[in-house]
Amino acid sequence: MAKAKAKRIFTYVFLTIVAFVSIFPFFWMLVSSTNASVDVTKGRLLPGSAFIDNFNKLIDSTNLVQALGNSAIISVISTLLALFIGSMAGYGFEVYRTKSRDVVFNILLLSMMIPFAAIMVPLYRMFATISGVAPVIGINTMAAVILPTIATAFLIFFFRQNTKMFPKDLLEAGRIDGLSELGIFLKIYMPTMKTTYAAAAIITFMSSWNNYLWPLIVLQTPDQQTIPLLISNLGAGYSPDYGVIMTAIVIATLPTAIVFFIMQKHFVAGMVGSVK
Amino acid sequence: MNTGDSLQKKNNLTGWAFVLLAVVGIVAFYFYPMIQALLLSFKSGVGANLEFSGLSNYKRLLVDTTFRTALSNTFIYLIIQVPVMIILGLFISVLLNDSTLRFRSFFRTAIFLPCVTSLVAYSVVFKYLFAPDGMVNQFLMGLHIIGDPIQWITDPFWAKITIIIAVTWRWTGYNMIFYLSSLQNIDQSIYEAARIDGANAFTQFFKITVPLLKPIILFTSITSTIGTLQIFDEIMNITKGGPGNATMSISQYIYNLSFKYSPDFGYAATVSYSIVILIIVLSIIQFKVAGDNKNG
Repeated sequence: MAKAKAKRIFTYVFLTIVAFVSIFPFFWMLVSSTNASVDVTKGRLLPGSAFIDNFNKLIDSTNLVQALGNSAIISVISTLLALFIGSMAGYGFEVYRTKSRDVVFNILLLSMMIPFAAIMVPLYRMFATISGVAPVIGINTMAAVILPTIATAFLIFFFRQNTKMFPKDLLEAGRIDGLSELGIFLKIYMPTMKTTYAAAAIITFMSSWNNYLWPLIVLQTPDQQTIPLLISNLGAGYSPDYGVIMTAIVIATLPTAIVFFIMQKHFVAGMVGSVK
Repeated sequence: MNTGDSLQKKNNLTGWAFVLLAVVGIVAFYFYPMIQALLLSFKSGVGANLEFSGLSNYKRLLVDTTFRTALSNTFIYLIIQVPVMIILGLFISVLLNDSTLRFRSFFRTAIFLPCVTSLVAYSVVFKYLFAPDGMVNQFLMGLHIIGDPIQWITDPFWAKITIIIAVTWRWTGYNMIFYLSSLQNIDQSIYEAARIDGANAFTQFFKITVPLLKPIILFTSITSTIGTLQIFDEIMNITKGGPGNATMSISQYIYNLSFKYSPDFGYAATVSYSIVILIIVLSIIQFKVAGDNKNG
C-alpha cells in the first residue's frame, strides 16, 4: 500500500504545482495593481495602497472609460445579433430538415476551417470600399467591427446540436394554437432553450470582448479604441508604469471573469455540448 | 396540387427563411473574402494600385527568407506546444477524474482559470513576468536554479520558449475540460475489469483511456493546430516578432505585409493561402492518423 500512498502524494503535489502556476499570474496581476511601479519591479507580492493612485493615473493618461464603453457596446450588440442569427439558423436547419439544406449546412461548417489571417486583407479592403459609399459602416466604425462576427458556423452548429433535444411536441402545440412559424421560434423555442442561449452568450461575449486582430486593423483612431487595443498600447510603451498597466488589465479581465464565475456550469456544459 | 405538397413547399420556404441571414453572413464575411484573397494573390502593387501579375507572388514566396523564418517558427510552436499541451491536459484530467480526490473542484477551477483572460491581457502580463528582472527570473535565481537572469524575451531561443510556455498556460485548462467530461462518461467497470486482469495504471491509460478518448483528442488536436497556425496576439504583445524575426508567426507576417510595411495586399494574400493549405493538409493527416489507429 506504500505505493498507493506515494501515488496519492505525487497527485496532490503535482496538482498543487499546476494550480499554483495557473493562479500565480492572476495573483501577481491583482497585487501589482495595488502597488506603485517601483514596488512591482522589486518583486513585491503583498497588496499595497496604490490602487486608487494607479486608477487615477490610468483615467488621466488614457481614454479608459471610452474604451470600456466601446468594448461594451460592440460586445453586447455582437452577442445579441450573433445569437439571434445563429439560433435561427440552427433551428431552421434542424426543424425544417431537407437534403439540400444539409448540404448548405455542411458547406457553412467549412468556414470554421478558414483562418482569420487568410481573409483579413480582403475584409479590410471590403470595408475600405464600403467607407466610400456608406461611411457609417466603413473603416473606423463599430459596425465594421461587429458585422463580420454576427454569422458564425460555430453558433449555428451549437444551436443545431442543442435543438435536437428540443421537444418537437411543442412545435405541434404551437401550430394548433395558431402561432406562425416565426412566432413558435420566438415565443416557444427561445424561452425553452434559455440555458443554451446562456452558454452561447458567454462564449460569444467573451470572444467579442477579447477580440484583438480585427479591431486593430479596422479601428484606427484613439477614440475608437477597444479594451484589448488600449492594453496592447499601454504594454508597448518603453518605460512601462507596471502598476497602472496591471490596473488596466484587472479592469479589462473583470467582466469576463465575473461572467465566467456566475455562469461556470453553463459555460462548461456549453463547450462540451458543442462537440458531442 | 394536394395540400400535403403545398404544406411541404411552405415548410421548405420557411426553412430557407430561417437560415437565410446566417447563409448571407457567412458567404459575405468568409467565403467571398476567401475568393477575393485568391484573386488578390495573383495581383501585385502598392496599396490600392493592384495589377494582375500572374504567379510572381508565388515565385516570390518560394525565395522569401522572412516567410521561411515565419513558417519554421510557426511549425516549432506547433510541434512542441500542441503535443505538450494535449499530454499535460490528458494527464491532469486523469488525475482529476479520481472521485476520491479532495479539493477536486478547486483544482479544476484553478487550472481552467487562464481561459477567462483575453489573449492580449495575459500576453502583457507574461511579457512582464518574463522580463530580465521579472518574477520568473527572480524566482529561479532565488531557488538557485539559475545564476544569471535568462533573457526570455530578447534571446532568439528563449523568446520562442516564452511564447510556448505562455500559450500552454492559456490553453491547457481549456482542453482539459473536454477530456474531463469525456472521462466522466466512461463506465468505471471497464477499469475494474482491467484491474482484476492485472493491468497497471500505465496499461489502463494507454489501453482504455486513450482509445476511448480518441475522438475528443482528435477534436482538441485539430482545434489546437488551427489555433496555433494562426497565432498572433501573443507574438504581437510579448515579443513583437523579435528579436530579429525569431518569434514571428505567419499571421504576424501577413499583418506586417498589409499594415506595417508599405501595404502589399497581393503578396499578403499569397502568404495567407499558405496557412489555408497547411490547415487543410494537417487536418487531413490528423483524421487519417486517428482513422488508421481505429482499424489497427
